Formats: sequence, C-alpha cells, structure tokens
Amino acid sequence: MTLLNTIIIDALAFALPLLIMAIGGIYSERSGVTNLAIEGLQGFGAFTGAFVAVLVASRFAPGSQIPMYLAMAFSFLGGMLFATVHSILCVNFKANQVISGVVINILAMALTGFLTSQLNESIFGDASSQFKLGTSVKLSVPGLSQIPVLGAFFTDLYPYELIIIVVALIFWYLLYKTPFGMHLRACGDNPHAVDAAGVAVGRVRFLAVMISGGLSGLGGICFAYSLSSQFSPSIYMGYGYLAIAALIFGNWQILPTLGSCLIFGFARSAGYNLPLAFQMPSAFNDLFMTLPYIVTLLLLIFFSKTNRAPRALGEIYDKSKR
Amino acid sequence: MIKNRFLSLMGDTKRQRTTIPILAVLLSLLAGALVFLILGRNPLTAYASFLQGSGLLPKANYGGKQNMLTDFMSFLNAWTPMLLASLAVAVAMRSGLFNIGVSGQMLFSGLIATVTVGYSPLPAVVAKPLVVVVCVITGALIASLIGFLKYKWNISEVVSSIMLNYIVQYGASFCIKGFFLNPTSRQSNPVSAASRLSLKGMEIGGLKMDIPLGIILAILAVFAVKFLFDKMKLGFEFRAIGANPKAAKYAGMNVGRNLVVTMALSGALAGLAGATYFLGYYDSMPPNALTSTGFDAVAVCVLGNSNPIGILLSSFFITAIDKGSTYMMSTVGVRQEIGSLIRGLILLFSACGAYFSYLIERSRQKAQEADSTIGKEERT
Repeated sequence: MTLLNTIIIDALAFALPLLIMAIGGIYSERSGVTNLAIEGLQGFGAFTGAFVAVLVASRFAPGSQIPMYLAMAFSFLGGMLFATVHSILCVNFKANQVISGVVINILAMALTGFLTSQLNESIFGDASSQFKLGTSVKLSVPGLSQIPVLGAFFTDLYPYELIIIVVALIFWYLLYKTPFGMHLRACGDNPHAVDAAGVAVGRVRFLAVMISGGLSGLGGICFAYSLSSQFSPSIYMGYGYLAIAALIFGNWQILPTLGSCLIFGFARSAGYNLPLAFQMPSAFNDLFMTLPYIVTLLLLIFFSKTNRAPRALGEIYDKSKR
Repeated sequence: MIKNRFLSLMGDTKRQRTTIPILAVLLSLLAGALVFLILGRNPLTAYASFLQGSGLLPKANYGGKQNMLTDFMSFLNAWTPMLLASLAVAVAMRSGLFNIGVSGQMLFSGLIATVTVGYSPLPAVVAKPLVVVVCVITGALIASLIGFLKYKWNISEVVSSIMLNYIVQYGASFCIKGFFLNPTSRQSNPVSAASRLSLKGMEIGGLKMDIPLGIILAILAVFAVKFLFDKMKLGFEFRAIGANPKAAKYAGMNVGRNLVVTMALSGALAGLAGATYFLGYYDSMPPNALTSTGFDAVAVCVLGNSNPIGILLSSFFITAIDKGSTYMMSTVGVRQEIGSLIRGLILLFSACGAYFSYLIERSRQKAQEADSTIGKEERT
C-alpha cells in the first residue's frame, strides 16, 4: 500500500470521530453553553460503551461485530447521561460554565478510572484497569476503492466511519432545518427573543448539552476502537479539547468544522506516517503533532475578524436581565 | 427549626464565602463516605488513613528512619506546586481570565530550566536561585503571549491556552525523546541535585527526609498575592477589569496592558509551580504528558474562592486527599483511584457554590415572608 493511501485512510479514521465530537460541541455552544467538558464526556461515553461490549461479549461468537454496535449505542446513552451533570450545573444551578467543564473532566477521569478497575475486579474477577474490546472489521467499497489515490477514501473503512457520516447528516439536518434547531441556535444568540417567542430557554439548552454529551460519547468509543481496541484511562488524550479547537476554527458551523477536522486528521496522520516512511526517529512524530495546534493558533489570528462566537455564549440566562 | 439554625449558621453573603466551601467539602466527604459504605469499608478509618498518609496523623508503625515528620515533608513537597498553580489561576481569574494553560506553562518553564540549569554543573548556591529566575521569566513570557493574543486579536484565552498546552506538550516531548531521554526510566535525564528545589534524602536526627525549599517561596507568594489583591493599585485595577472591562476602560484604566500584565503574573506563578514540580518534587519529565496539576488548580482555586488564604487551605486539603490515597489503599484495601474520585466530588460540589448561596438566599426570603404574614394575622 502506498504512503499516500495510508495517510488518507488514517486521516479519515481520526477526523470523523473528531467531527462527531465537534458537532456535539457545536450543539452545546450554539445553544449558549460553553462546553469544555467534551473531553470528559467522550471518556465517560466510551467507558459505558466499552463496559457493555465486554459484558455481552461472551454471548456472541468470537469476532462478532454486534458488541461493537451495542457499544456505540450505549456510548451515546452514557455520554448523554453524564452530560446531564453539566446541564444541571450550567442551566439549573447557574454555575460558571468553564469551571463546570473543567470539573466534569476531572470527575470523568476519576470516575471511569475507579469504575473500570472496580468492575473488572468485582464482575470479571481480574485486576486490570482496562476493558479489552474486540477488533473492528474494516470495509472497502467494491469498485470505488480501486480508483487510484481517491480510492483510498473508500478503502479499509471502519464501520463506525459510515455510522458517523449518517449520524452527522441527521444532526446537521436537526440543527439547520428544524424548528428545534432554530430555537437552539437562537438561544445562543438572543435567548430573550426565544423566551419572548414562548420557548423555554433552559429546556432547549438542557437538551442541547445532552445531545452534545451523546455525540461526544459516540466519538469516544470510536477512538477506543480505532486507536487501541481497548478502553483505558489513556482515552483522555486531549482529543476533546482538539474538537473544541476544530469547532471554533470552523466558526461554530458544521460544514466548515468538517473542513477543520479533516485538516487536523491529515496533519496528524501525515505527522505520524511521514517520519515512519522516511525512517526518521520517532521523536519527530511529536514535532509534527504540534502542527495542527500552531496552524489553528495562526489561523485564529488571521480570521479573528470574521470568526464570531455565538453572542450569548457562556452567559447564564437570566430572565430579568435585558 | 433545623432549617433556621442552618440558615443562621451559613451567615450573610460575606460569611458565606467561607461557609459555602466548607459545606461543599462536608457534602462531598459524606458522598465519599457513602462510597466507602457501599464497598463495605469503614469511612472513618478510611478518612483517618488519608490524614495518616499525608503525615497529619501518626501511623500505627513506621519503617526505618521514618516518622510522621518525614511523611509530612513529603506531603509539603507535593503541596508546593499545587499551591503555586492555584495562585496562578487566581491571579488570572481576578481579571476575569481563565488560565487553563497552567499545566503547559509549568511544563515549558520546567523544560527550559532543566535544559539550561538542571543539566549544568553549577553549584547549588547559584543553580537554585537561577532555576527560580529562569522559571519565573519563561512562565511569564509564554503566559503573557496568551494575554497579548486576547488584547490584540480578541482570541479567547481559553482557546489559546489549550492550543499552547498542546504545542508545549508535543514540543517538549520532541526535545525529551530526541535529546535527553533516559533509556532506563523512559523519562528525561534527571537534573543535578544542586539545581533541585527539594533536598532529597537528607538525614536529620536519625530521620531520612526530603526537604522542600519551594514551600517557603509558595507561602511568600500567598502573601504577595494577598498584598497585590488587597493593597495595590494594580490589584484593584485587575478586579475592576474582571468585574466590568467597559467600566474599567471608561474609568481610564488601560485594559489591554492590564490583560498582558495579569497573564504575565499568572504565568510567573505557574513557572514557579513548574520549577517546584519538575525540579523539586520530581527531577525528570515524562515525554508526552501534561500534569493534571494545572487543571486541578482551576477547581482548587474555585474551592478557595480565588482568595489567597482560601487557596492556601483548599490546596492543602486537596493535596492531603491525593497524597494520602496510597496509604489509604494499603490500610482499607480500597483502590487508590477512590482518592481522585473524592477529590472530583469535592470540586463538583464547590462548583455549585453559587447555587447554594442562591438557595440559602431564597429560603431566607421565604422564612421572612412567612414571619411577616404571621405578624399580619396576629394584628388582625
């Protein structure tokens, strides 16, 4: 397989989970709730999914893919469940949203670390701090994958990549084409107008944060399958923060965010594969890994004029304020 | 009746600044106790062993050349970076800035100091002060960049500090793996003992202990920050800008310059935290990892109400839970991770502080209304 193909395949496998996490972030932030908790939400979602997968694995034939699909469904639910903590803190308790996000990340790491070891010991009777997941199959689209260079976009796809594309389309539609989506976007710009129109701002924001958690959790379990085929505390690699960077760089809109996720994906994949191909010392990987972040910082400077955050982002909604 | 007593105990808005964090801590300790009970362990023994592990209560028995004092010294060693990092967050928060890049600033200054001083053959008298100076300057420089980006291009400090965290993390990892990797420990080569801010394995009075010199700096920093906040014009300007940047600008304060100065001061403290962490508590750096200290510091700062004295207490408390969890595991037989779980719960409850004071205020109003209606009924 040529180098270019490898780069494209790896880039997609990384960019798509990042995209779905970033879309989650967009939901929360467009509704006016700053969401630094994506890192913790994806970890908790991945934990839930991985636990379910390990729990049911013995009921299926070895190599069966059903546990993986169950894991994906449950990671969505788990992320949603944990996100309610963020929504209760931010919407009902009127806590500072940045602090709440940081606290939720800390709590998620502590909770999943503790539960993974504890559940491993008490249910499966082995002292391990990780859930071993089965390996995911890879699909190639017949015909299309034979096209030179571009065919790599259709080769060795993880099934989750297709699921993510479908989910992303659904949530794109929900955000831009439905009344709920319009209310949600309005909550981030002018919550008072939404209130005047007879829609409960708090409820919309609460739902938005829950959706955000679900999508982050889905992204988390995909990373767990693609990067290491296991769930362990090493899932907290900071990709949640990268998703936040992607959505800000994508100007809080889904399509441009897809672009920035692809940039991150390709930068990461090239940074990983090029040193390998040219037999450079592995330390150079790290040097290449700084690229997406430097690029983001520079582009933020150049686009600072056009980059516009939702107007009411981070503000606690207070009915009596004008 | 109980409710009224509770309300009077919580006090007015000013007193709530101390009572609400205490309430948060108590609630989370209760929640933690519940976890211990579910696991079938005695929560009191567990909490006692947290304190024993931190050298705050005597243990049942000690190894050779060890006693409560050695444990306490090792606790101080861990406390120093946490205290400084939380102060760094507090200084930035005074101006309404969130410095969640403390971890990155710590790593950056630690790396520079390690390379310039840690690997040099300088004698201790020169090396130790030099480490402090280098860390303070590098920390201030990289953090003031965040302030500058905010002032010049209005880039959110949260975003730019996250970006800088990763740039520093991978950049440092490249340097460590490429040039200073110790093949046995898989970490950077240890720095010279002369440059470390903690004296390792000193034998005093038949005891073998680590003496953290950085704690003196950290305590001094607490009072310096308190002086800055309470007595200095600069501190007042920070607070005015944090409360309302537009009003501050209208009053003739230079908001842009102040943003950069706040971040520089915050970064200087973060740099100091890095010095006491990487060239004190530890003597080497792992490649490709940020410490969680900088993130925990945000929450510790909130628990301490962004007040230097409050932070002194809250960071002491959080470090005790952290440091004591190893010993707790050996006595109670519960996983060490429960320490971080309890810490997470404390931080969660402390984030609800605003809600607690809202609840107290509301039930007090209700109580007053009830009183006045009773009064009216009596009159008629």
